[in-house]
Amino acid sequence: MARLKFLCDADRCIECNACVTACKNENEVPWGINRRRVVTINDGKPGERSISMACMHCTDAPCKAVCPVDCFYNTPDGIVLHSKDLCIGCGYCFYACPFGAPQYPRVGNFGSRGKMDKCTYCAGGPEPDLSAAEYEKYGANRIAEGKLPLCAEMCSTKSLLAGDGEIIAAIYKERVLKRGYGSGAWGWKTAYKETIDV
Amino acid sequence: MLIKRKSAAAARGRLQAVAAGFGGASLVDRRAFLKRAGFTAGALAAVGTIQVGTVRRAEAGPTDFQQPIERKKNICTHCSVGCTVIAEVQNGVWVGQEPAWDSPINRGSHCAKGAAIRELVHGDRRLKYPMKLVDGAWQRISWDDAINEIGDKLLEIREASGPDAVYWLGSAKYSNEGAYLLRKFAAFWGTNSVDHQARICHSTTVAGVANTWGYGAMTNSYNDIRNAKTIVFMGSNAAEAHPVSLQHILTGKETNRANVFVFDPRFTRTAAHSTEYVRIRSGTDIAVIWGMLWHIFENGWEDKEFIAQRVYGMDEVRAEVKKWDPATVEDVTGVPGEQLRRVAETFAKERPSTFIWCMGGTQHTVGTANVRAYCTLLLATGNVGGFGNGANIFRGHCNVQGATDLGLDVTSLPLYYGLTEGAWKHWCRVWDVDYEWMVSRFEDKKMMEAPGIPSTRWFDAVLLPKDQVEQRDNLRAMMVFGHGGNTIPRMPEMVKGLEKLDLLVVGDPHPTTFAAISQRKNGTYLLPICTQLETSGSRTASNRSIQWGEQIVKPIFESKDDYEVLYRLAKKLGFADLMFKNIKVENDRPVPEDILREINRGGWSTGYCGQSPERLKAHMANQDKFDIVTLRAPKDVPEVGGDYYGLPWPCWGTPEYRHPGTHTLYNTNLHVKDGGGTFRARFGVERNGVTLLSEGSYSLGSEIQDGYPEFTYGILKKLGWDADLTEAERATIERIGGNNPDAVSWATDLSGGIQRVALEHGCIPYGNGKARVVAWNLPDPIPVHREPIYSPRADLVAKYPTREDFRSFRVPNIGFTVQKAAVDKGIARDFPIILTSGRLVEYEGGGEETRSNRWLAELQQDMFVEINPADAAERGITDGSWVWVTGPENNSRARVKALVTERVGKGVAFMPFHFSGWFMGEDQRKNYPPGTDPIVLGESVNTITTYGYDPVTGMHEGKVTLCQIRAA
Ligand code: SF4
Ligand code: SF4
Ligand code: SF4
Repeated sequence: MARLKFLCDADRCIECNACVTACKNENEVPWGINRRRVVTINDGKPGERSISMACMHCTDAPCKAVCPVDCFYNTPDGIVLHSKDLCIGCGYCFYACPFGAPQYPRVGNFGSRGKMDKCTYCAGGPEPDLSAAEYEKYGANRIAEGKLPLCAEMCSTKSLLAGDGEIIAAIYKERVLKRGYGSGAWGWKTAYKETIDV
Repeated sequence: MLIKRKSAAAARGRLQAVAAGFGGASLVDRRAFLKRAGFTAGALAAVGTIQVGTVRRAEAGPTDFQQPIERKKNICTHCSVGCTVIAEVQNGVWVGQEPAWDSPINRGSHCAKGAAIRELVHGDRRLKYPMKLVDGAWQRISWDDAINEIGDKLLEIREASGPDAVYWLGSAKYSNEGAYLLRKFAAFWGTNSVDHQARICHSTTVAGVANTWGYGAMTNSYNDIRNAKTIVFMGSNAAEAHPVSLQHILTGKETNRANVFVFDPRFTRTAAHSTEYVRIRSGTDIAVIWGMLWHIFENGWEDKEFIAQRVYGMDEVRAEVKKWDPATVEDVTGVPGEQLRRVAETFAKERPSTFIWCMGGTQHTVGTANVRAYCTLLLATGNVGGFGNGANIFRGHCNVQGATDLGLDVTSLPLYYGLTEGAWKHWCRVWDVDYEWMVSRFEDKKMMEAPGIPSTRWFDAVLLPKDQVEQRDNLRAMMVFGHGGNTIPRMPEMVKGLEKLDLLVVGDPHPTTFAAISQRKNGTYLLPICTQLETSGSRTASNRSIQWGEQIVKPIFESKDDYEVLYRLAKKLGFADLMFKNIKVENDRPVPEDILREINRGGWSTGYCGQSPERLKAHMANQDKFDIVTLRAPKDVPEVGGDYYGLPWPCWGTPEYRHPGTHTLYNTNLHVKDGGGTFRARFGVERNGVTLLSEGSYSLGSEIQDGYPEFTYGILKKLGWDADLTEAERATIERIGGNNPDAVSWATDLSGGIQRVALEHGCIPYGNGKARVVAWNLPDPIPVHREPIYSPRADLVAKYPTREDFRSFRVPNIGFTVQKAAVDKGIARDFPIILTSGRLVEYEGGGEETRSNRWLAELQQDMFVEINPADAAERGITDGSWVWVTGPENNSRARVKALVTERVGKGVAFMPFHFSGWFMGEDQRKNYPPGTDPIVLGESVNTITTYGYDPVTGMHEGKVTLCQIRAA
């Protein structure tokens, strides 16, 4: 069974935000909610680098661990999903997530934020695959269609990779070997407890 | 696990943790202050109608997997990269977008704009029906009334003031067929005042490059940059302006370990991916290039054989370059001599080297001269006409190359034929109309052959005293199709021009700045035009590949496509029957395929003759057959075998001749029938006793193994090759030539015979000439550094002043007077900061369309100015605070947010040019027809930018002026 992961090659990311709008487009994510974001460090200075961030679908996901109503679940590919029917909008997962992935439709105190939304790896949610109910709550289910996340598929520079962890690690390794540099598989240690050695 | 902290702090904490992985860097970025923390619902209050919470919008999705899905292919309507867009359509609704893996240009990718393009045709903010302004209020009207009222007014103005009193401003977002139609329309109306965005983006490129080696276009392609070993960007921020091009460039950089140099006053996103960044002072490109050539000549790094065989005039350049020793260069440009030496040596030695430029190079009073300096550097180092080298001019809008080619230009008929009697006669033959009738449409024959007014100067032609505008009357009407109103400097004066017009018509998917910025009360019409996604037609990407887009969905609301609107207007004005004599019209809509066939029949000069609609459609259907580096399909593939993707022009001969197109221009390594070529013999055969034809250089397999002039019937006869013409070809040539058939050339022969015969003998129809680095017909035949009109260095203005005042394009150019006054008044003391401008990845052009797209608007919610921390500290300005930027003309001022960053050097400020809807501190949201106001509004940089025009093309100075900034 494949283990689906994300990898953002920071030496290629140009902060074009295609991944961000592709996600909006595919999942009709409303204004104010960003399942994916691009963060730039050293903005405007030598060493400037950008990374596209979303839920990393962690191994032993911390969000899942803290959820008081146990609304998270893993797909067999390792994707971390949740049920909006169970979610009570408490915000714990937001605090637990090392990547700031969980989002809420409203600003507010405990319980008044509305149902949590986050990147689903374009894999929908607990409702029947490709149903209207699933789309309405969670957006697209590309995985059920046999496709990969749109954000990665549309990445302008092929910086953002999605797919089986071993395959994307191999692609990244080959790139680093060819070009002779690489700032590492960002977030992998935190999310997957591993790094890619080149 | 639970940490109780305020959300903002928590978010920041996490981002900092991310940064820690990269060595503890700071995390201020240009969006950090733009309401983007994940926990908030953004600027919802400001945008009212946008709903939070529901994921799905009823009309726009989702895909219903029980129903059939249709897939349609079109091309992104934003930039010139030309990414293929794949749409999934159900019941006439565009429900999903899929990656276009087969396109050799984008291989599935997009940037923020392309990935958000589906939103354009859902369009809450689109203009929904025709409207007019009645005593200051917008009223809905019908299409018939709109066309009738506009037509009547146009005819009235024509009667009283002549055809030149109406301006036809077209669009780089037109399809090729639309662009051609508007140019033809202007001809039938009787004026040459027809222009489009190329004026303000690459007009100087086209003039500079065409005057150097023949054609005004990118020589190679985005894909071919994969072959480069050294890549120079000058005044180009491709990572934001042409994002998907970076896919090819970064691959080249990685696989070839290529050098990437970025020259820019600003440390751009592109610079962040360079191997070396070179900071220059805005507007000193010529000094930088001469500085590089100084090292190259001094050390003998130039390509002597290439120069001897293929370049005219290099010795004259040497004399000018001698003046630019490293100390002088550093004083003028700010670039240290050692650094420039290193870059120059690499560029000359680690070949192939390519030179990429954009509006940082072109939008200057010395724009054309800048371009010629870049070309000179390429020629001196033998870096044109091969794989991996060349002048890779990244053009702007999705079809700015095509609209330029098809003549939305005040100096030419379609395809660069010019405005001479011969040019008019050629097109009259193609159009099948009587030349004398055509003359009668114009004021007179002189005006018919006189260049029109460039788009940068239209309001001067409205406002100047009548005797200063060289036509019967001032401009009285503006017909604007698909063109922003905030894209040209001196906006306060433009607003006055708008207010004085008798008629303003805006045809666009959005009302645009033109509709909202002035205090007009009447005589203003808005026509909803659909996007190219809602119609069909071809567009030419920057690399000259032509791609056919099919209609994804029907035009939404009451909008119509450009073809239909032009047809209806022509009908109203009384020349539709003649204009569409040979073009099929279905339900008032001219068929774009038929328009393209007419282009093919007349497009010999630029090789737009071989790209029939059938061939282009076959390319779209067979995208997967083309190689990503060579752009060529294997010879044995059906339908497209041996072709280059999109039949990049020139694609010689008739469609049946099946020329493959030309991927790399002037490439002597290939046979002309395989897309090879030579520099164009465009400037004659001899000058001052020196040959202008190439010496000993020729394309692979040429039967003439030396230079040769362009082909005419007469030359064919001399060579004895006329015997190869068919009877039909000969008959056509003789009919066209009348009593002088020998003069009929490869460009005017409507049979294609002359081209065919030349190609069969391995020769290129336009001749085999030398490129020239001395353009004797232009001002400053050898480029000369000249300070910007508003320069921070009065001492250098004295030494390198701008050109004397002169007249061109029917209006005066008083740049010298303005520059002198600025120095005399000590403007640089009161306005000490250099102001430059540029793009953001999320928006495009004037930005009304992209700022109306909620998926994009969310990412950039505020207009801002980048200011260096030192300048900010001196002024007590903090990051994210409001500031006033003031300019030296018209008491201009703009209220924007400060982005304090080292991206700009001390004494330099940068503003993006996509914003409008605020004018000198005033929010003009209420001026838009209700429901059509873009989500994000902001001040326009061109409220602040100032006087200054290139002498050759009328390009404005968009990249250097002076300003002051203070806390608001
Ligand atoms: S995987 Fe899908 S849901 Fe997740 S960020 Fe990418 S596009 Fe959005
Ligand atoms: S699409 Fe790719 S290059 Fe663009 S911001 Fe996202 S990860 Fe970076
Ligand atoms: S704007 Fe340009 S780079 Fe972005 S998707 Fe469109 S064509 Fe491609």
